Amino acid sequence: MKKYILLLLMLVTVSVSNYVYADNAPKPDPTGVTTGTAKDVTAAKPGKPTMDELAAQAGHNKVAINMVWVLITGFLVMFMQAGFAMVETGLTRAKNAAHTMSMNMMVYPLGMLGFFVCGFAIMFGGIGSLGTLGGFGGLANEFTINIFGHTFGLFGTKGFFLSGTYDVAVFALFLFEMVFMDTTATIPTGSMAERWKFSSFAIYGLVVGAIIYPIFGNWVWGGGWLSQLGHMFSLGHGVVDFAGSSVVHMTGGVLAFVGAALIGPRVGKYNKDGSPNAMPGHNIPMAVIGCFILAFGWFGFNPGSSLAGGDLRISVVAVNTMIASATGAFASMLYMWLFKTKKPDPSMMINGMLAGLVAITAPCAFVNVQCAALIGLVSGVLVIEAAFFIERKLKIDDPVGAIAVHGVNGAWGVLALGLFADGSYGDGWNGVKGTVTGLFYGDPSQFIAQLIGVTTNIIYVGAMGWIVFKIIGLITGGMRVSAKDELEGLDVPEMGTEGYAGIKMDKNSETPLSR
Amino acid sequence: MKKIEAIIRTSKFEDVKEALRNVGIDFFSYTDATGVGNEIRKGELAYRGTVYDTSYIPRQSLTIVVRDINVQKTVDAILESAKTGVIGDGKIFVSPIEESYRIRTAEKGDASLYNKED
Repeated sequence: MKKYILLLLMLVTVSVSNYVYADNAPKPDPTGVTTGTAKDVTAAKPGKPTMDELAAQAGHNKVAINMVWVLITGFLVMFMQAGFAMVETGLTRAKNAAHTMSMNMMVYPLGMLGFFVCGFAIMFGGIGSLGTLGGFGGLANEFTINIFGHTFGLFGTKGFFLSGTYDVAVFALFLFEMVFMDTTATIPTGSMAERWKFSSFAIYGLVVGAIIYPIFGNWVWGGGWLSQLGHMFSLGHGVVDFAGSSVVHMTGGVLAFVGAALIGPRVGKYNKDGSPNAMPGHNIPMAVIGCFILAFGWFGFNPGSSLAGGDLRISVVAVNTMIASATGAFASMLYMWLFKTKKPDPSMMINGMLAGLVAITAPCAFVNVQCAALIGLVSGVLVIEAAFFIERKLKIDDPVGAIAVHGVNGAWGVLALGLFADGSYGDGWNGVKGTVTGLFYGDPSQFIAQLIGVTTNIIYVGAMGWIVFKIIGLITGGMRVSAKDELEGLDVPEMGTEGYAGIKMDKNSETPLSR
Repeated sequence: MKKIEAIIRTSKFEDVKEALRNVGIDFFSYTDATGVGNEIRKGELAYRGTVYDTSYIPRQSLTIVVRDINVQKTVDAILESAKTGVIGDGKIFVSPIEESYRIRTAEKGDASLYNKED
């Protein structure tokens, strides 16, 4: 009986809807071919636009496409924060889950506030006209110094608290660049996880977004001196970094390195003879999901960095990005399986995929797909060798492999651009005529520029990170929690709540005995 | 009245439960037990390139209280069903029980135990 009532209801719905709409004048357009006509062009006489009105509409639409692209890819990059949170928490221990998650959660608002207060102004205050977003030229104040008759841009000075920049293009740029900054900011929370005082972290979160990241960012992306090496000293196109292997990832990786070195290894990480103990992450499934969220977000990260939906190179960028992630994961799986522990280590597969993504971030727009595959392949091996070197030779404890993934492969990505850029893209990049061409395609000077970029990043971020972490240590009475709190897990002493309340866990056995 | 405690492989739990049911032992309690012992698991566990050994051995611990006449068949059932022949099959301990009560009825002694013929 019920079945028939349902059937009857469905029949009534269908027939009524046909009846109601059948005779109405405006015809619906189920295929879409007649939607969007001359009538939709803004014109004095509807349906009869003049040539000028058409041109204005076309220009508006071009910028609109670019802006929608920038915003949507920015939203994708924002979601990468979730990926970082899950990878870092999955690869650390259960007793620190609330603490690790909280760092990853708060770095987003803290970094954003720092970037809003002064980071954006320092990074982009002197960028000049925003080409793909409508050409607004209000961000034109760069602090420069003159050396050897050349002008070196050091930092911008327009747009503190976004003031004086009440412009749609600037706001789109702010959103996009803000989420990039937060990617950098969240990298050291991995290498310093499970022992970093939350108060110490919170200050860092503000400073990285306000000062550390924006200054180097200005040098490469904001019109600063590294980007001008091309027309000042004929070094290729200056330092070229399409989506941020150096600006974003290497900066985060170097900070992660300095921070982890200063804070020291976790209790139980090393034995008396210096050999490392395994400290297994408590949730590999969470880490894998985090890895996929990151890989998904990277489709915003790299293709979005065109800042233009109308720049159809974005399809090449997107495919290069996915291919490098595949070869990175493949290489790391095989390398562990065949040459290391004889197991296809899941946490290293995750690191390998991320390493491929980090490495292709700078060159993604300038290389062909075969080179992208090669760049990923190298990064998958590089990330493992780097992680082993950092853990076993340098004795620096990096629970999630952040230094190897972002620092080492960030550098590799920037250098790979200088090697493999095939000269098919980037005409006029950084104000230099001609396309971006790497060493293997005939322009050694581009490689030199890239080398300068990497060296500068290590020196500047390394020094700045050291100073900032030292000062923070003075303010908060050391950056590190007590050994007792570390053994019990940071969740209760630092955060006042457990990540997994009501679940019994053997907190002491999560820390290995240093033999 | 005796208490039989058996530490068995977790992989043998279903076999033992079945064997006990076949000899009429339907009621017992069990817990997850973790032990430390000689079992060698070297090379099985590796994390981020470091091979490690947790040295924790998972087992099931069964506690069965039976009438004296049922002790031997219970022990025999476990001996037979929990055996793999490899080191680590476990142990059975038998000890006397001084008194027992059924909480619902306050019955004591053998009457307080489960009896299939009841």
